[in-house]
Amino acid sequence: MAKRIAVETTLNGEETVFLCEPRQTLLEALRDNLGLIGSKEGCGNGNCGACNVILDGVLVNSCLVLAPEIEGRSVVTIEGIAEDGVLHPLQQKFLEHASLQCGICTPGFIVSAKALLDDNPAPNEYDVRLWLAGNLCRCTGYDKIVRAVLDVAENDA
Amino acid sequence: MQAFDFVAPTSVDEAVSALAAGGGRARPLSGGTDLIAQLQEGRLALDTVVDVKRIPELMAISISDDGLTLGASVACQSINANQAIRDAYPALIDSTHLIGGTQIQGRASIGGNLCNSSPAADSIPNLIAHSVTCHIAGPNGRRSVAAEDFCTGPGRNVLANGEFLVAIEFPAPPANFGAAYLRFIPRNEMDIAVVGAGASVVLSDDKSTIQSARVALGAVAPTPLFVQEAGDSLAGQPVSEETLAKAADLAREAAKPISDMRGTIPQRKHLSAVLTQRALRIAIDRARGTKTVDELGRLNGHG
Ligand SMILES: Cc1cc2nc3c(=O)[nH]c(=O)nc-3n(C[C@H](O)[C@H](O)[C@H](O)COP(=O)(O)OP(=O)(O)OC[C@H]3O[C@@H](n4cnc5c(N)ncnc54)[C@H](O)[C@@H]3O)c2cc1C
Ligand code: FES
Ligand code: FES
Repeated sequence: MAKRIAVETTLNGEETVFLCEPRQTLLEALRDNLGLIGSKEGCGNGNCGACNVILDGVLVNSCLVLAPEIEGRSVVTIEGIAEDGVLHPLQQKFLEHASLQCGICTPGFIVSAKALLDDNPAPNEYDVRLWLAGNLCRCTGYDKIVRAVLDVAENDA
Repeated sequence: MQAFDFVAPTSVDEAVSALAAGGGRARPLSGGTDLIAQLQEGRLALDTVVDVKRIPELMAISISDDGLTLGASVACQSINANQAIRDAYPALIDSTHLIGGTQIQGRASIGGNLCNSSPAADSIPNLIAHSVTCHIAGPNGRRSVAAEDFCTGPGRNVLANGEFLVAIEFPAPPANFGAAYLRFIPRNEMDIAVVGAGASVVLSDDKSTIQSARVALGAVAPTPLFVQEAGDSLAGQPVSEETLAKAADLAREAAKPISDMRGTIPQRKHLSAVLTQRALRIAIDRARGTKTVDELGRLNGHG
């Protein structure tokens, strides 16, 4: 077995060091080595977006990143979206609009939507739907998710 | 995933050594959107993964009057966000906007798309239409290969043991140049091309005659296909639907597709002609300065 590597990274704003095997994905390292189980594995191959995190400001699938790749980089996961125990407006609006049922896709959608609003604080419906095309939801039919994101966007604008 | 070693060299020479030492069992890692998925699914087994993204040359974008040099590992997202590239090479943006969704574009590179060498890869017909040169480093030094000569079969290319792609170089667009890439998929987003077509033209100064043109197709042969005769048929011809239709017929004839779950042979041959003609029209509109990337985004199914 390949030896374990120590990886130093900034995780949700905090300097973090963890051990991983080179073959572990970032998603596995977050969930299994660091206990951050908010990011979900829906497909494990880049198609569903349930594992999405923000890596150096860029939205990525954590199931398609190797854990050692994040040495010296900065990662934001769903656990880093709320601040000081106060829900982020996106989280609040997902609750108000009932934008989740089983909830498996929700962390990925919220992280993706956060990356969208960081990039474009006033997206229209087309922008939201296009940006979220790589996030799959088996339950909601998407409409309530899109409405929640637009509600936050309008409040910001 | 099975176990492997991970190295992240910071120079081209170190990467060449690591790749050469690993033989066929070491591979470069750019965005990982093909490589890690293949490792996860057990379609590929490696001893060493060589992350080439810490090599400055692989992540560099250099655009000037001489053209555009794109580091092999630059992510589509960085290309989409670069206004100078959007202005000078709108057809490149056609491809970088189509590859996967937002989070795939955050990692997926043009170099990875080329080196994965899928017959359906969305950047390669475009690279051929743009007469791109691929710059390769290896144990015997550097060499360059034209984009149309890079792929040799499904998942196979000219890279020898220890070699890897450093950068791709787009020549400066000549005056009155335009290009476009279109693909057909049954949904709006997130799918693999049934057929893709890249085209470029150079028009006369009064923009009524085609001086030269290039056409390339995806997903209709074991490799992305350069249809030289289709472009050549347009040289010296007036811009008209008739001349474009003739080039489109040549594209249909050149296409040697297979039938599979995405499409049949007759459908793919038909699409080869239709997409070639449409891509040529957009290339001409762009050469005349009448079409923007956002308008094309709509033509590509983006709303
Ligand atoms: C959900 C999803 C959707 C997708 N949609 C599309 C799509 O619409 N269109 C499309 O064309 N593709 C699509 N892809 C495939 C993939 O995203 C692209 O092919 C992408 O451009 C690959 O780039 P990468 O940087 O991720 O490559 P990697 O996965 O890092 O590498 C791909 C291959 O190239 C090799 N390689 C990487 N860099 C180099 C180098 N510098 N020198 C030599 N070899 C190298 C690797 O060893 C590997 O064999 C999709 C993939 C996923 C998971
Ligand atoms: S688990 Fe990563 S995209 Fe589905
Ligand atoms: S709420 Fe169940 S998958 Fe989206």
